[in-house]
Amino acid sequence: MATIYVDDRPYEVDPGKNLLEECLSRGLDLPYFCWHPALGSVGACRQCAVKQYRDENDQRGRIVMACMTPAMDGARISIRDKDAAQFRAGIIELLMSNHPHDCPVCDEGGECHLQDMTVMTGHNYRGYRFGKRTFRNQELGPFINHEMNRCITCYRCVRFYRDYADGKDLDAFASHNHVYFGRHEDGVLENEFSGNLVEVCPTGVFTDKTLKGHYTRKWDLQTAPSVCAHCSLGCNTIAGERYGQLRRILNRYNAEVNGYFLCDRGRFGYDFVNGDRRLRQPLLRGQPTGAPEALRRAAALLGRQSRIIGIGSPRASLEANFALRTLVGPRNFFSGMAAGEDHLVARMLRALRGARVRTPSLHEVESADAVFILGEDVTQTAPRLALAVRQAVKQAPRTEAMRLRIPRWDDAALREVMQQQKGPLYIATSGATKLDEVATASCRGAPDDVARLGFAVARALDDSAPEVAGLADGDRALAEAIAGALRAAERPVVISGSGSGGEAVIDAAAQVARALGRERTADLCFTAPECNSFGLGLLDAMNTSEAFQRVADGLVDAVVVLENDLYRRAPGAVVDAMLESAQVIAIDHSAHKTVEGAAVALPAGSFAETEGTLVSNEGRAQRFFQVFVPEGEVKPGWSWLMELAQAAGRNELATLASPDDLLAALARAVPVFAPLPEHLPTAAFRVNGEKVPRQSPRASGRTAVQADVTVHEPKPPADPDSPLAFSMEGYPQQPPSALITRFWAPGWNSVQSLNKFQSEVGGALTGGDPGVRLLEPGANGYAAYSEEIPVPFERRDGEFLVVPLYHIYGSEESSAAAPAVAERCPEPYAALNLEDARTLEVEEGALVEIEFDRALYRLPARLSAGMASGVIGVPMGIAVQGVDVPAWSPCRKV
Amino acid sequence: MDRPLTGDLRSDGGVLDLAAYEKVGGYEALHKVVREMTPADVLKEVTDSRLRGRGGAGFPTGQKWSFVPMGDDAPKPKFLIANADEMEPGTFKDRMILEGNPHLLIEGMILSAYTIQATNGYIFLRWAYKVAAERITRALAEAYDKGYLGKNILGSDYSFELHLHTSAGRYMCGEETGLLNALEGKRANPRAKPPFPQVSGLWGKPTIVQNVETLCNVPPILRHGAQWYLGLSRSEDGGTKIYGVSGKVRRPGAWEMPLGTTMREILERRARGMREGHSFRGVLPGGASTDFLVEAHLDTKMDYGSVQAAGSRLGTGLMIVLDDKTSVVGMVLNLERFFAQESCGWCTPCRDGLPWTARILQGLLEGRGRPGDLERLEMQTRMMGPGNTFCALAPGAMEPLQSALKYFREDFEKLIPKSDAA
Amino acid sequence: MLTEQERERIREEAGHYDYAQAACVEALKIVQEGHRWVSDEHLKEVAELLGMSPEALDSVATFYNLIFRQPVGENVILLCDSVSCWIMGYEDIRAHLKERLGVELGETTADGKFTLLPMACLGTCDRAPAMMVGGDLHRNLDNGKVDEILGRYRQPPET
Ligand SMILES: Cc1cc2nc3c(=O)[nH]c(=O)nc-3n(C[C@H](O)[C@H](O)[C@H](O)COP(=O)(O)O)c2cc1C
Ligand code: SF4
Ligand code: FES
Repeated sequence: MATIYVDDRPYEVDPGKNLLEECLSRGLDLPYFCWHPALGSVGACRQCAVKQYRDENDQRGRIVMACMTPAMDGARISIRDKDAAQFRAGIIELLMSNHPHDCPVCDEGGECHLQDMTVMTGHNYRGYRFGKRTFRNQELGPFINHEMNRCITCYRCVRFYRDYADGKDLDAFASHNHVYFGRHEDGVLENEFSGNLVEVCPTGVFTDKTLKGHYTRKWDLQTAPSVCAHCSLGCNTIAGERYGQLRRILNRYNAEVNGYFLCDRGRFGYDFVNGDRRLRQPLLRGQPTGAPEALRRAAALLGRQSRIIGIGSPRASLEANFALRTLVGPRNFFSGMAAGEDHLVARMLRALRGARVRTPSLHEVESADAVFILGEDVTQTAPRLALAVRQAVKQAPRTEAMRLRIPRWDDAALREVMQQQKGPLYIATSGATKLDEVATASCRGAPDDVARLGFAVARALDDSAPEVAGLADGDRALAEAIAGALRAAERPVVISGSGSGGEAVIDAAAQVARALGRERTADLCFTAPECNSFGLGLLDAMNTSEAFQRVADGLVDAVVVLENDLYRRAPGAVVDAMLESAQVIAIDHSAHKTVEGAAVALPAGSFAETEGTLVSNEGRAQRFFQVFVPEGEVKPGWSWLMELAQAAGRNELATLASPDDLLAALARAVPVFAPLPEHLPTAAFRVNGEKVPRQSPRASGRTAVQADVTVHEPKPPADPDSPLAFSMEGYPQQPPSALITRFWAPGWNSVQSLNKFQSEVGGALTGGDPGVRLLEPGANGYAAYSEEIPVPFERRDGEFLVVPLYHIYGSEESSAAAPAVAERCPEPYAALNLEDARTLEVEEGALVEIEFDRALYRLPARLSAGMASGVIGVPMGIAVQGVDVPAWSPCRKV
Repeated sequence: MDRPLTGDLRSDGGVLDLAAYEKVGGYEALHKVVREMTPADVLKEVTDSRLRGRGGAGFPTGQKWSFVPMGDDAPKPKFLIANADEMEPGTFKDRMILEGNPHLLIEGMILSAYTIQATNGYIFLRWAYKVAAERITRALAEAYDKGYLGKNILGSDYSFELHLHTSAGRYMCGEETGLLNALEGKRANPRAKPPFPQVSGLWGKPTIVQNVETLCNVPPILRHGAQWYLGLSRSEDGGTKIYGVSGKVRRPGAWEMPLGTTMREILERRARGMREGHSFRGVLPGGASTDFLVEAHLDTKMDYGSVQAAGSRLGTGLMIVLDDKTSVVGMVLNLERFFAQESCGWCTPCRDGLPWTARILQGLLEGRGRPGDLERLEMQTRMMGPGNTFCALAPGAMEPLQSALKYFREDFEKLIPKSDAA
Repeated sequence: MLTEQERERIREEAGHYDYAQAACVEALKIVQEGHRWVSDEHLKEVAELLGMSPEALDSVATFYNLIFRQPVGENVILLCDSVSCWIMGYEDIRAHLKERLGVELGETTADGKFTLLPMACLGTCDRAPAMMVGGDLHRNLDNGKVDEILGRYRQPPET
């Protein structure tokens, strides 16, 4: 700790930080543009100028950039000093000299850092009287608008996109006051994290194109804290609604999870909520009907005498799943996961609940200094994790560069020393992955060979681990190299997941972590298939195949399917058969084949219309909140279940009336969930007796909202189920971290106001980051080495092993229904190694026929140097669904 | 030998080849150094000579070298770079040596590289110097052939590889850290200091960037010793300086003279005074980015301390003369347009302040001046003062403007319509 | 398409450095030697050769004054517009050139022979005004001299 003096007041600061971040951390206001807490300092905009004095006697001082000056012990600075203040106002005036002053028509208006900083500096009269330069804008694809005239040349966009996210297709062009940021020609911004430009850009150059389609000012949005439902990482988001439409997703900072950034699937996938596939009315065999009728029909199926089962869902909340489990009884409850998926999740959880290993947070992955990825294409299955891995790769060279006494925040200087050096990252998968470009080495193999490499690494780390028989010399050398890198690292991380479909891969990853964890608990990070897969895994239910079996055995009269399209879990014929032989009641937010085939379908709320709890891949249970009251007869899944029970005269759910009740009951019923009620905010929560408002104090035109119907101001809906209110009235100050509905502070209307919510810049949210970790390393438990090492993969004549491939856009069910994301989804294909393609005599695009898991597919071939030999990759959710892969298949040219 | 840099140049403008250079004592210093002197010895000699950088900033050369990490665990490779980007308007001194005696630079570079134990070097040459490029290329080949460059120089265990790199034109390439980025194939934006290039330079490795003229002083210093070198000067810093004059003087040109020669002597004795019908009004003493000096300063010695005391900077030592028939405002506009055009676009005051400055000046000349314009110009000079911008380009750009406003204010005021006319 | 020879030269330049990117400006100059300017197609080819994205290369290409991203004529006239030349009559020379060539600064003559560009200080201030045509420097210019120089470039090469 060091002491600095700001305008003669002493402050305790961290000397490893710069003056700007320390001033902000101490609650002082100092304007800035080019500095970004996650991107560091470069000193370009010159906005953060302060006066620095040599000592108490120095009266003159000199202007320095706070972001480029270390917070050294004894430093004396003044923010208020007249010269510094004038300089800062002068900088704004310069930045605005070419700015179009088009705030009224700018999407950023009202949440614009440039507006905020302009006001903060006090600049208000424009002295520039000459012409302005104008730029041509580019068409950047479905996610991002481009309006270059608003640019103030802070370089943040390229520093995020190119330097931080490793994007290739955005850069700075030309020079002097013609510097231009864009692509070299019009086209889709390729990087998976492009949406962060919306928040990184301090003005209206890069804005959210999906928001523009149904534009609303920030202050008119009704917002609530949410959790991304599009993969297993559980990134925290803020979802905003107006007039019954979900309008956009913003990042909700959580230092341990997503930090400042989201992936584009998470940001732009929300639009399915407004989509035309939404179910807004109950259906009877596909025909719309009213809720009373639907309930009556459903209740008839669920009578006391019926033999009923419930199929839950890894994309539904714990509360909804537990309601179903309670209704049908644990022995009749199925997880909703396919058998393969269920086994993978169980293996992952078993490893994580055992000794020696610990699952790291995303933030911890970012600071790892060696990474080994087995079998997972994380960019596609858990994108935000790929962004974390990209930071981890910079960790080792940065540590090295810091030996030249360059501080951590001095981004440009560190980069110059680091150049293109990369820390150790090893990847073993069946197909090429985007992270290969930053990997030390990546190798390709069928899932069993990937697993064997992992087992060999474990063995190289610890010779009490079992030997891998018949390992090729090359693989042995690679295993030694990987083991060496992991052993030499201070914070190694092993990453794997369900993406390869191979249980041995998961065991191998666990084996590596256990071997590493002999001295000290090792970090093992698994990605799960869906947003609540781990939650369902911890409920310890039977899998969906078992449900199908029970129906096939004639033991079931009715099935309640919760938020699940069973056609994604099993081959179509199997689901068809079930829909025929049992009466199905489906509850979901959107129409799909299961809903259409159900006897009764009930419209459930999407993540934005309900609340609940999800367990992320980190084992972190996090609460998401209802954003708005949906139109039509849409209701939360758990709420339908309660009504169903009541209508059917069943009393299983009689004592449970709210999500809080469900969570409390769950905590009692399943010990792993015991901490939930204590850690997650309940509906009873109040600050100063008040709820937390979902609307901003400036929400405008409330009386006009329904002016076409009535001129009376509508009464806001009550919300008995959460600590939030559908209103602008309520606790006006900062709520506890889990209940942050928006980032706003006096004078800070943009997302940059976040610094007012953190304990310190870049640190935890005030009061701690939300969520509760359910998986901590078990003192005892399964730590024994697995002896089940697969034999080497052997290619077969005339047959190929079909392995799953994933796409960030398309493989995940709900986001793919968002129009902007749908535009980015690839067409179906089958990926083949070049050599294999030659053998089969197929060319790029030629149709091939494969047949596995009881179905026949004709797919255009995609030739890929990155595929392992003897395997065929098929994109999940795009070319195939409901299949159990890896599986052997014949393959013919059509 | 009172003109160690240019005394040997051929009068016909031709180049000294290796043989000719050796005949006048070329590479003697190198022979001596690799045989008899340790890097520390060389460093001491150069430090004692009080050689200061001739590229504009005037930093003591020996001291700069002393910041380079030495010893076995110093980062490798280390680099030495000759800054031959000479793009400062009004400056044409490095061209003389580059075209006339490239071996002097090459020997200077080998000796300097030896001192910091650099193994790789680049001559960063501006694109427009075509003749120099050809001659350097030939000289490099000669030096390699003779074993002055390459592996195990003159049988010693010291090796040094030297390459010519030509740029693609940008004033910022001359700024030493912009130069590093340019060499790395990037935009020539400057880098933050610290870390200084001596610690983290080209590709993050220890690097010395030195002006051509500075480097050319090193062989004579080592041949004749620091004391001799100090004796050449008429100031407390050592050596001679290439001075030059452009503008409406009788005989524009550049000449090597003792450091500390007075401005008057250079202007009157060498440049032969003003042309017929023109009289002297002022001078930028050391290139476009120095403050104007006027008649009253003509007896100022052209050395680092004296010019600074007079309120300007020695800069590159090449003077641009303002005469009475030339518009001061027009001249300043020309300069500010240059700087605005050459701004790299990295930091706000320079990127957006210089074009604005130029437009105000242009407005004045086009009869569109307004009350408040001069105050606005003065504000720009404060906004772009030293330390306020990221590199020295913009503060340099403000020097002629702020001094013109000081010495020639009436020329500006004349252009502002009385407020009632507006 | 770049010629194989050009590609070879670019590869060789890249071989001089640990990081291929260091050769990118040189590579663009090689392109200009053969094609006068760098078209989008050539830019992409060079980028690929050097393992850079087109954006990264264009970012550098558009920074430098002498990398032409638009077509230029057979001879590029770089007329020094900096301070010493300005004092010594740059504006007259400019007017004369514009009149003789029938183009404004930044334009190419209809016959494609000349492109007229302003250029920062050519480092020959003692013999101002000055210009470069092709790679050749011409100094102490006056209108007569300009005519004579233009004439030389206009003439068909002697056979
Ligand atoms: C905008 C700008 C342009 C410069 N151009 C040159 C140049 O062309 N040649 C040069 O030697 N120094 C130039 N310098 C100075 C260099 O940054 C650096 O100080 C010099 O090369 C160091 O060498 P020296 O110590 O031998 O003078 C320039 C500085 C600035 C700020
Ligand atoms: S002062 Fe700023 S914009 Fe100007 S050249 Fe230097 S860094 Fe670039
Ligand atoms: S925030 Fe400090 S210079 Fe930009």
